[in-house]
Amino acid sequence: MKSSLMNPQTTARDVCMSLQNVTISYGRFEAVRNVFMDIPRGRVTAFIGPSGCGKSTVLRALNRMNDLVPGCTLKGRVLFDNNDLYDSRIDPVEVRRRIGMVFQKPNPFPKTIYENIAFGARVNGFKGDMDELVERSLRKAAVWDECKDKLNESGLALSGGQQQRLCIARAIATEPEVILMDEPCSALDPISTLKIEETMHELKRSYTIVIVTHNMQQAVRVADMTAFFNAEAVEGGSGKVGYLVEFNDTERIFNAPSQQATQDYVSGRFG
Amino acid sequence: MDRGFQLLSMALAAFVAILLLAIVLTVFQGAREAMATFGTRFITTSSWDPVSNQYGAFVAIYGTLVTSLLSLLIAVPLGVGTAIFITEDLIPASMRNAIGLMVELLAAIPSVVLGLWAIFVMEPAIRPALQLLHRLLGWSPLFASEPQGPGMAPAILILVVMILPIITAISRDALNQVPLELRQGAYGIGTTRWGALFNIILPAAISSITGGVMLALGRAMGETMAVTMIIGNSLNFDISLLAPGNTIASMLANQFGEADGIQVSALMYAALILMLLTLVVNVAAQWIVRRLSLKY
Amino acid sequence: MSYTPVTYDNTPLFERRPLTFNPALTRNRFNAFCTALAAVFSTVAVLPLFLVIFYVLIQGGRLLSLKLFAELPPPPGLDGGGIGNAIVGTIVVTLVAALISIPIGVGGGIFLSEYSRNGWFAQAVRFANDVLSGVPSIISGVFVYGMIVATRVIAGQSYSAMAGGIALSVLMLPTVVKTTDEGLKLVPQELRWGAYGVGASKVVTILRITLPAAFTPIATGVVLAIARAAGETAPLIFTALFSPFWPEGIFSPIATMSVLIFNFAIMPYEAQNELAWAASFVLVIMILGANLLARWISKLARP
Ligand SMILES: Nc1ncnc2c1ncn2[C@@H]1O[C@H](COP(=O)(O)OP(=O)(O)O)[C@@H](O)[C@H]1O
Ligand SMILES: [Mg+2]
Repeated sequence: MKSSLMNPQTTARDVCMSLQNVTISYGRFEAVRNVFMDIPRGRVTAFIGPSGCGKSTVLRALNRMNDLVPGCTLKGRVLFDNNDLYDSRIDPVEVRRRIGMVFQKPNPFPKTIYENIAFGARVNGFKGDMDELVERSLRKAAVWDECKDKLNESGLALSGGQQQRLCIARAIATEPEVILMDEPCSALDPISTLKIEETMHELKRSYTIVIVTHNMQQAVRVADMTAFFNAEAVEGGSGKVGYLVEFNDTERIFNAPSQQATQDYVSGRFG
Repeated sequence: MDRGFQLLSMALAAFVAILLLAIVLTVFQGAREAMATFGTRFITTSSWDPVSNQYGAFVAIYGTLVTSLLSLLIAVPLGVGTAIFITEDLIPASMRNAIGLMVELLAAIPSVVLGLWAIFVMEPAIRPALQLLHRLLGWSPLFASEPQGPGMAPAILILVVMILPIITAISRDALNQVPLELRQGAYGIGTTRWGALFNIILPAAISSITGGVMLALGRAMGETMAVTMIIGNSLNFDISLLAPGNTIASMLANQFGEADGIQVSALMYAALILMLLTLVVNVAAQWIVRRLSLKY
Repeated sequence: MSYTPVTYDNTPLFERRPLTFNPALTRNRFNAFCTALAAVFSTVAVLPLFLVIFYVLIQGGRLLSLKLFAELPPPPGLDGGGIGNAIVGTIVVTLVAALISIPIGVGGGIFLSEYSRNGWFAQAVRFANDVLSGVPSIISGVFVYGMIVATRVIAGQSYSAMAGGIALSVLMLPTVVKTTDEGLKLVPQELRWGAYGVGASKVVTILRITLPAAFTPIATGVVLAIARAAGETAPLIFTALFSPFWPEGIFSPIATMSVLIFNFAIMPYEAQNELAWAASFVLVIMILGANLLARWISKLARP
């Protein structure tokens, strides 16, 4: 079941990241198996599917964030700019500088709002005007108005939604090529969610975005491409193993999916 | 029955507070005569003379502060470094646990045994190094005297061994409590391991670590046996770290049994000073941990 | 459309390097240096344990024989003899300390956790308890000396095993209170409600349900406290004092291993120095044994 076969037009597009037969395990437990996928450049790609099917696991594999999880191993290849990210010569730090990430739970650093942005920029060797960068990043993340008068207060003093937008600002401040977002709106109110979705529309002009979302309307609103993951019990396995069911234009996934499971999921019959 | 049990347990709990009070009062009561006789001169003068009954505890106070602070200076980087080494995934988990266990067992070795080891093993072993230090830095008053066995320097080193486990254990717990999300956030913007540690993780854990360091300082100031056995128990002031010295605790251990008259009171006065020092440090430690505890 | 760095006067605003690992980069050198330093620090931190245990085993193990346990120490300057009286003495004094501090400490801990979790009184007691645990051990000796030895309140005696035990109990008490308090707090509330639900009174609930449920953490803490007390010297030097003879009851001065080590270590006689090593051997084996026992107990709870 190769997604590229099911979906010939993706290969024609400019491919940013490519997963080739990726299987990820936690210890001896296989969380996701045999994923093939080409993520197009300059677009928003959404991962949807029932919880526990491995969406976050695959997302974290894209910038080697799984290295932080003890016992997590990956088989197969993850290509980025024709580099295999899991090659032993690759520096994961360099990878994460090019592929930024926004997490499910807002995690601003216990520093001032200004420093939250400036720290990442300095780490990445920023040489320009820092004040300007802070303002530009906060504006892009639609949180400038709330923050501009308290740049020297702790990032933890903001509300949950503002913290998450601060984290988005932090991620985009370092100008990564790809931004990974793991359910960035799951802890947010609807208004903050809308603001972040507007931000994504704005961002996709300059970045490639991969977003995991629980919310199918959100996928429809923001994503150009959508990947549907599912999980099923396998013989001898201790838990359910996730796999990629279908990957296609969002339009097709929601209106004319080629798999019955996708049809069932997007029409709300399970999940 | 119910009420009786409650009152009994309440009385037992109150006993703890009363005991603390009783300790403070007993020592204070014992110290009163010397306080009246010597006043604050006791702290600033350094003659300790049972023949003429003149007592000043400067040598012991100096020794207490110098040995405890310098041992802290060495033990903090060692302890925090060890804590980092056993909380990061640099080596397999089984090895990390083994190191953690060994450090905890080190804390269980009685102080008097460490003192014995310091006298017969450690001090002879480090003496050449101290002599070298004297030859190189002898121009400085801190290293001006020829090391000849017991002294402040070996006492400092044995204190390092004694407080290292506390600092390591508390730093390890503090680092383990830093949430994974924060670590992910740091790595997510492309910091390196040590970039994340120095800029994000250690600052987040700093209040707990500081609390632990203060507790260790309290322990170092009150530590008696190992220090008594190796510090030389000199009653004469010498600023040199290579010379024999004294601490309040070791003076108490050495003289209390044989003292009488106002010497007992002078010793109680010194004990009171030691108690106040440790009290301040311990209360500050708790305040730091409570006030500045993790925001996460 | 390929990647073009954001630029500012034609120079990129951010450093962009190849994805491959470059050990010559400053940051990677710094990381390697820090990691090596941490490894060295950890080695230095565990080294003393090995050295101390090594010497205690080698020096103390040499004298291991039945005689060591059965005989009295020789007079200064003479060879032979054992540390029998000090081994008995350590057990006696530690036992006295345990018998005093465990009931008081467990009772006080019960009050803190079961009757007044957050009242001002409980907070004050907790604070006092924390402060008490930071009081230097020598101070507890000074306290017992001033309160009991000098005043001869116990059976008209000055130095005694009893006084030594009391001094050690002052050191044990805060640990026992704290482990009881925290052990009981871990017991799920449902267990208590269940007991009340079948009509049990509060005392019965505490003694029959809550306390047994918290047995493991409390026992672990108590064993550790006993192990620590057994090795204490400073509170004993001028309370229990020392005795070259077999114990003559708890109202007389008594020999203990820790004070024996102190006294004999600073004597200029080889025979005494060797007995100090032998006593260290016995003491360290006992204490490390108790520590491993405590670990084993606490593992029982988490199968
Ligand atoms: N750190 C981890 N250790 C072990 N198993 C994990 C870990 N993270 C996730 N898993 C398991 O991997 C599977 C996929 O999890 P995840 O990727 O979080 O799913 P999703 O994001 O789709 O909800 C689940 O069965 C989960 O239990
Ligand atoms: Mg998830």
